[in-house]
Amino acid sequence: MDMRKKKRKVLLMGKSGSGKSSMRSIIFSNYVAKDVRRLGATIDVEHSHVKFMGNLTLNLWDCGGQDAFMETYLASQRGNIFSDVAVLIYVFDIESREVERDLDTYNAIINALKEYSPNAYVFCLVHKLDLIQAEHRHRIYEERSALIRSRSEHFAIDTFGSSIWDQSLYKAWAGIVHKLIPNLTVIERFLEAFAKRIDAEEVILFERSTFLTVTSVSSEVGDLNPIYDRHERLSNIMKAFKHCAARNTHTTPASAGFVVMHTKTPQFNVFLGRFTDNTYIFLVVPPGEAAYNCAVLNTMLAREGFSKAAATGHGDGFPLPATSPENSNGVH
Amino acid sequence: MDGTSQSLEQPSTKSGHGSANNAQDAKPRLMLMGLRRSGKSSIASVVFHKMPPNETLFLESTTRIQKDSIHSFMDFQVWDFPGQLEYLEPSFDLENIFGSLGALVWVIDAQDDYLDSVARLNRTILTVQQFYPNINIEVFIHKVDGLSDEYRTDTFQDIVQLISDELSDAGYENAPVHYYLTSIYDYSVFEAFSKVIQKLIPNLSTLENLINTLANNCGFEKTYLFDVLSKIYIASDTRPVDMSCYEMCSDYIDVIVDISELYSWDHPERKPKGDQNQEAESHVVLHDETMIHLLEMNKYLCLVSVIRNPESKDKKGLIDMNCRTFQEALNDVFSRSWEQDQEQSRITEE
Repeated sequence: MDMRKKKRKVLLMGKSGSGKSSMRSIIFSNYVAKDVRRLGATIDVEHSHVKFMGNLTLNLWDCGGQDAFMETYLASQRGNIFSDVAVLIYVFDIESREVERDLDTYNAIINALKEYSPNAYVFCLVHKLDLIQAEHRHRIYEERSALIRSRSEHFAIDTFGSSIWDQSLYKAWAGIVHKLIPNLTVIERFLEAFAKRIDAEEVILFERSTFLTVTSVSSEVGDLNPIYDRHERLSNIMKAFKHCAARNTHTTPASAGFVVMHTKTPQFNVFLGRFTDNTYIFLVVPPGEAAYNCAVLNTMLAREGFSKAAATGHGDGFPLPATSPENSNGVH
Repeated sequence: MDGTSQSLEQPSTKSGHGSANNAQDAKPRLMLMGLRRSGKSSIASVVFHKMPPNETLFLESTTRIQKDSIHSFMDFQVWDFPGQLEYLEPSFDLENIFGSLGALVWVIDAQDDYLDSVARLNRTILTVQQFYPNINIEVFIHKVDGLSDEYRTDTFQDIVQLISDELSDAGYENAPVHYYLTSIYDYSVFEAFSKVIQKLIPNLSTLENLINTLANNCGFEKTYLFDVLSKIYIASDTRPVDMSCYEMCSDYIDVIVDISELYSWDHPERKPKGDQNQEAESHVVLHDETMIHLLEMNKYLCLVSVIRNPESKDKKGLIDMNCRTFQEALNDVFSRSWEQDQEQSRITEE
């Protein structure tokens, strides 16, 4: 049990004012984009724990980015900060005027990380992309990524372009979270089998409080969907509605949520429901009343299987490989 | 931003050239008037063109009458007047401007000195009223988002007082003037526009009766009949309006429209797996057991209800059936005027 309770240390670093705390607040603390104006500068390191998917806890270290702090991280605090790191998220401000200096700092951080946690994942976010004209965005982002890559030593880094004003932020963080979830392949294998059985075009698993995409599978037809950023856009849509619901039912956005949502249209049917304690499942199936009801029923059955597994101590209830065939057999 | 201002212009130039023909004049017309920089074009863009409110900062000042045809459950035109236009001068054809007028919407900037605007409005009312006594005059006391609650009520009362005093001094008692506090940064402008449009619907009371019957029988807390495109509600049950219900319903339409955008792509491989109703239907249950139910009525309208009564929620099938019956009744109410409209538009297109 203790083995499964995973705590992952996540470092959030970057130059002062690059937007680290803003994105953290939007993703994990239910801020809306315009609220982040209220945030002040982060002093030293702000620790926060984010429970994510039950047995995974993210231990977020939001490190203030002013030069004086950076120096102490690299000198006296070096061992404390850089040991046991699972993920380093480094944020670059696209508008920065001293690119070379930023890269030097980044390189110093990377070297410290190499020393203490050589196996950490590194993600670099090129942030505030909304400030660049749309037609230059892609080119500038690519150039900057290449520069960053060249200064990353042995780390195989992932880069994302992001902005708090659109869905790109969700894409970046979904990518990060995706890398952190234990036994994700098991979950994916289960979802794939499940999607096939209920004939779904697409099945997406969302984390409950952040509405980040945990993982998704789509059928051959579902893969043809021309809208590539649909998962991020869904995160954005559902989170916006959650805020609206919270505002109008006099609760905090953290405690607001959905029990179930059914949508039937002539082109597709959608079901959204709680799956495990910390996830929503989102099904897209072709139209057809009977087939839809069947798919919903099967999802409920699968969920029961999960909660049973949870009761017997498998954390968030994602089955070990031994129990998953049982679950899919329960599907009619 | 460029795209939206262009789309604003396009329909207007088209209708501007052909404005002489009769089919168009038959549509009720909404007139947006007021001093310059009071927020007329912003209102039109936010309500009818889905422009995000903060982008209205970039709108250019309007230099000529912008005519916008809105095709929806009921066709109507929105005319956006430049603030500096002296339409009361004899050179302007009053008949042409006010002839088929449905409502005159006068926008007052509540953050500015409004005495000028009020004086001008009074002059307009007195002139127009001589020829067209049936015109609805709607006053939007606008940009109230920047005022404190107290100041807001004071301003409201002051303006109402000024206008009614001056009108009665001029011998015009009980003028058909209605006042609204509006802002484009919240739902108030949609709410106000809903009220304005509702007055132009000839069979509003029939609709309201129908919705009341439906809501009572199904145990709905509040029901709105929305125009999907503009998110104006054209009718609701007659229970007191609850802003929170309206916000949730209107945002839920957004959710469904946005999700539909993501998954309504066409492909020969996408085949239905059985029979299903042709109209979209959706409902969501929130954390506090509130249920929001949405049913597409036709191309333009959808019915959105908030259900809190636990007993009625369990009878989902019954609710669906009742709503379908309502849908038939609704289409009956609209069908006659509709068919005529369609035929007419087909003729004009040819």
